[in-house]
Order: sequence, then structure tokens, then C-alpha cells
Amino acid sequence: MASSWLPRWFYQLASPRWCYSITGKLIPWFAAIGGLLFVIGLVWGLAFAPSDYQQGNSFRIIYLHVPTAILAQSFYMLMAIAGAIGLIWKMKVADMVAKSVAPLGAALAVLALATGAIWGKPTWGSWWVWDARLTSMLVLLFLYLGVMALNSAIESETTAAKSTAVLALVGLVNIPIIKYSVEWWNTLHQPATFKITEKPAMPAEMWMPLLVMVIALYLVFGLAMMLRLRNEILTRERRAGWVKELLGS
Amino acid sequence: MAQALLTAQSLFCERDDRILFDQLQLTVSEGEIWQVEGRNGSGKTTLLSILCGLSSHYEGELYWRGEPMDEVREQFLSELLYIGHQTGVSAMLTAEENLHWQCALHPSLDASRAQQALESVGLKGFEDVPAHQLSAGQKRRIALAKLYMSRAKLWILDEPFTAIDKIGVAAKEALMVEHIRAGGSVIMTTHQDLSAEIPLHTINVEHFASSQREWS
Amino acid sequence: MSSTLQLFKQTFRRDLTLAFRRKSELVNPLIFFLIVASLFPIGVSPEPNFLSQLAPGLVWVAALLATLLSMETLFKSDYEDGSLEQLLLSPQPVFLVVLSKVLAHWLLSGLALTLVAPLLGVMLFLPSEGMPGLMLSLLLGTPTLSLIGAIGAALTVGLRRGGVLISLLVLPLYIPVLIFGSSAVQAAVTGLPLDGYLALLGAMLALALALAPIAAGAALRISVSG
Repeated sequence: MASSWLPRWFYQLASPRWCYSITGKLIPWFAAIGGLLFVIGLVWGLAFAPSDYQQGNSFRIIYLHVPTAILAQSFYMLMAIAGAIGLIWKMKVADMVAKSVAPLGAALAVLALATGAIWGKPTWGSWWVWDARLTSMLVLLFLYLGVMALNSAIESETTAAKSTAVLALVGLVNIPIIKYSVEWWNTLHQPATFKITEKPAMPAEMWMPLLVMVIALYLVFGLAMMLRLRNEILTRERRAGWVKELLGS
Repeated sequence: MAQALLTAQSLFCERDDRILFDQLQLTVSEGEIWQVEGRNGSGKTTLLSILCGLSSHYEGELYWRGEPMDEVREQFLSELLYIGHQTGVSAMLTAEENLHWQCALHPSLDASRAQQALESVGLKGFEDVPAHQLSAGQKRRIALAKLYMSRAKLWILDEPFTAIDKIGVAAKEALMVEHIRAGGSVIMTTHQDLSAEIPLHTINVEHFASSQREWS
Repeated sequence: MSSTLQLFKQTFRRDLTLAFRRKSELVNPLIFFLIVASLFPIGVSPEPNFLSQLAPGLVWVAALLATLLSMETLFKSDYEDGSLEQLLLSPQPVFLVVLSKVLAHWLLSGLALTLVAPLLGVMLFLPSEGMPGLMLSLLLGTPTLSLIGAIGAALTVGLRRGGVLISLLVLPLYIPVLIFGSSAVQAAVTGLPLDGYLALLGAMLALALALAPIAAGAALRISVSG
């Protein structure tokens, strides 16, 4: 089924065993570098970056809000692409990746919404505003919840993986349309509101720590994903010789 | 030498943590009737749905006339007649309407023989009655009428004789014999004893239930 | 080719016949549509000015929910009686049969809703200038809802409790249609040109026509295989 033009690592990745061992080696690095960058980014952003001339210190939640929002979106993409690979090449590991990513993505979307709400209180004076980005993020959370609900409703693991992959792909096609329509709807209903996330020219002292935080969160949530993936691998391959050996039974 | 139609190689299937079969080999050639045996829940229906291409929960290879199934699926489907556990008869449609749509789905069914087929299964006079007003046996007979209209090479029949009386079964048996004489073949499951005159090949799913599989 | 077209027509006729023989399923979404729309004056306020402001959105939300409610039955009986297996074993392309089924379904749900919508418009004091916008936007928007809903119906057809799940899967995907549909009505009420909205609704319909039957076909295959 799979053709030979694909690189070798692609096939290796297809082996749960190989995947388990490689993630085992990667985890300490992700933990160390991710943790370090997280601390650096947080301290830098919260204590040393200059405060905003309009919003003062309350803007500093940007260092959590923006990275979680970015990650929530890219995790959805990861989930859909992994699902597609699982569908096309019948690759078990890809299904497992898709399954382990979903709850993390949903958690990220919740975090992005929560930080957005915390930011909204001092800025707009209310916890929730139907701002375009927050609304899109809310819809993204709904999409995640749909995928997770479908996955848990189907008993057979293989069927669940395939069904959720189709749903995630449909969602992926829809995300740009949803984003566009929500943004358009927002400008229609709230002309010229003050957009917190669209600072035209953010000085380097402000965005550098933001960049660090984005990378840090990628590593931390990548780590979380690998931990979940390894659990998933062990559960699904529980009858495999190497898993039995590993667990010492 | 009769040509091999459907070939299954090293089929493996597991359901709910149980291996239904492993290393299952089957070659169905022209002019053969195969009966799939095994107790309830042993995976007979699962095997049939894998063979006809409804289920993809398996590992192993399928070939149609020697070609890998993925490449010739359309050809295969146009030469297949499948009657499953659920017969595909809509309760709200009449026998005629049901067969009409089946003919549109499957060009291998000869629509012009619908009347005659309904007569042959003893549904003459019931053509215009919605299926939900018919008995279980009559409903199944609507589906079995397709056997009389089929030009398909391979018949896959899952418990076709449930709720069918002796005379009906004998008629279908005769039909199957006619079908294989014309170079067709049949794969079926049944709880009933078939007439001894039918040249029958059997495969028991349970013989493949134990597995020496090396989990990779 | 001709046999493919034949199948399309046959399926269309079959599904219409089936729908007319199950009369309650035919009218239920319409009744639901009416009830939901009358909940708002009762629950919020019967004040005409207030309602006329909300009307475009309310009618659209009610249409959306009514379509959703009717989606669950799209493949259910075919799944239960084995017709779906027969359909998937046809050498003809599955997406075509799906498209035909959705078309038949839309005629009896989406189109019916579109025709009943002015009644709701009157109940909710939608200014009469808004009526053409309401009907046009529903005419272009509801097929998209049916097509997207078909994917949800196909994914959940094998599940015993698919009803709530399908809304969870499908409603977020309905949001763009809701936005442009209700905005079109709004625009019609205020006398602004409609073309832009209708074009966007049309574009979404084109995309859904191209992709949804294929996705729903794949989903059916997965559901039946499971």
C-alpha cells in the first residue's frame, strides 16, 4: 500500500516499538529545554519586558494567551494530519498520535480562552467579549470536543480512529472558513473596537520573550503528547512481546 | 482447470481482544460452493464481510482473479452478489420497489427478470405490498429473489435460509447448482443441513482461531 | 455513465417515496421549526420592535436546529435494514448515491423550511423587506447544512445514541452558514445589497457539494465496517 518514495524514518515511525523507544530518548531533552525556556520566558515576560503604554501590566498575560492560542490551532492541524496519515497508510502510530493530541488541544483551547477572559476583565471591563479571536477559539474548542466525543462513543479502536480522522479533516477544511466568517461578523457588529492582539509594531523587548514562550510551550506540550502517546502505545500493544518484556511480566 | 476467483491469503482478524482467525487461507474457484462453518460468534459473518469488502478490520491479502483486490475492486463488485444478515430490504417499500433499487445499485442484476423472480420465490400477488406487512420469511424471500436475477459470478450469502421453508431451500439449492455449473461460485454460511447432492467445500473458521502470532 | 445517472434518479425517487410513507418524519422538522421560533417571543419578549431586530438570527437558528434534527434519519433506516451494505457494495460511486439521498432529503427539509420561513418571519415581526433575503439565504444556505449534516449522520449512523452526538459534531461547522445567512437577512432588512452574502453562501454550497458527499461516503464505509 505505501509506496517506496517515502523516506525510511516514515516506516520506522510506523513501528510502535521504535516510536516508543525514540520518544523515550527525546523526553528528557524536551523536559529540560522546555522547562528552562518556560521559566526564562515567563520571568522575562512578566518581570523584565516593558509594560504596555495603554494597558500597563495587564497586557503581560499575552505571554500565556498567545502561545496557548497558537498551540491550540497547530495541535488541531497535527491531529487532522496524523488522522489523515492513519487513514491513508493505515499507520497505527498516527492514529495513536491523533488520539493523544485531542485532549491536549482541547486543554490548550481552554487555557487560551481562560487567559483571554482574564485579559478581558481589565481591558474591556467584562470577563467575556465576543471578540473575533476569542470566538474562533471557542469554536475550535467545540471542534475538539466533538472529536473527543465521537472518539469515546465508538467502541472499536480502529473504527474510532478512522471516524475521528474524517471528522478532524472536515474540521480542518472548515477552520479557515470559520475564522474568516467570525472575523467578518465581528467587524460588522463591533466596528473599530480596540483589538488587543493586533499590536502593529511590537518592540523586540516585548516579542522576544513571547517567542521564547511559544517555543517553550511547544516543547512542554510536545512532551505531554509523547507521554500520552507512550501510554497509548503500551495499552494497544499490550500483547506484544516487547511490551510484556518491558513491563516485566 | 477451473480459474481461481477469490483468493484470501494469511487473513488475520481480531475483535474485542479476541483473535477470530489467523493465517486463514481460502481459494474459491469457478464452480465451487463453499460453506463457512463455525459456532455462533466464531467469526463467520465477519469473514464474509471481509471477503466481500465491507469490513477492513483485517490484515492479509485478498485477490480477485489473481489481481490484488485494491486494484480491481470495481470489477469485483460488479461480479458480486451479496445477501447479508440484514437483507437490505426496506420495510416501507414494496417488493417491486425494493428490487428496482437493487437493480440500479447492481448492474449485474437483470431488472427484466424481477417479475419472474418474485414469482419463483412465491411472492406473486405480493409485489405491491409494503415489506413491513410481510412475514420475516417473505421479507427474506424478496432478497433471495435477487438470486434468480443475478448474472454475478460470485455469490456471498450469509444465512440465506433463515425463516425459509424446506421447499424454498431445495429450490435455492437447485439454483446454486445451476449457478456453479455455469461457472459461478458461492460462499455461504448456514445452520441448516444442505442436500447431500451438492458438491460442498467447507472451511471452519475455528480451525484458524488459535494463533502463534508474533506480536511485533 | 447512463447507469450512474439512472442510479442517481432511482435513489432520489426511492428516498422521496420512503419519506412520503413516513409522514411523521416529514412534518416533524417543520413543526419543530415553528415551535422553536415561537419559544423566543414567549421566553424573551413579545415586543414587536425587539423581535423584529432578533428575527433574522432567530429564524436562522431555528432553521439550523430543525435541519439538524432531521439529519439523524438520513442513513438510519438504511443502516438498520442492510440497504447501506448493498449501497456500499455497488460498483457505482458511493458519493453519487449520498448526493442523491441528500438532495431528496433537502427537498423535504431545507426547501420546506424555506417555504415556511415567511410565516415565522411574520410571527417574529420581520420587516417585509427582509422576506426575499430570508428566503434566498435559506435557499442557498440549507443545502449546505444538509450536506455537512450528512457527514455527521454518516459518522454516527452505527451508534446507538447518535442523536446528541451528531449535534455536537455538526453545529460548530454550521457557524459560517449561520453568520452569512442571518447577515443576509439583516442586510435585506436595512436595504443593503444582498449579492455579497448570497455569493458567499453559494461559494460555501459549492465547496460542500464537492467535498461533503465524498467525506460522507468515506464515513459510511467506516461506520459499516465497524
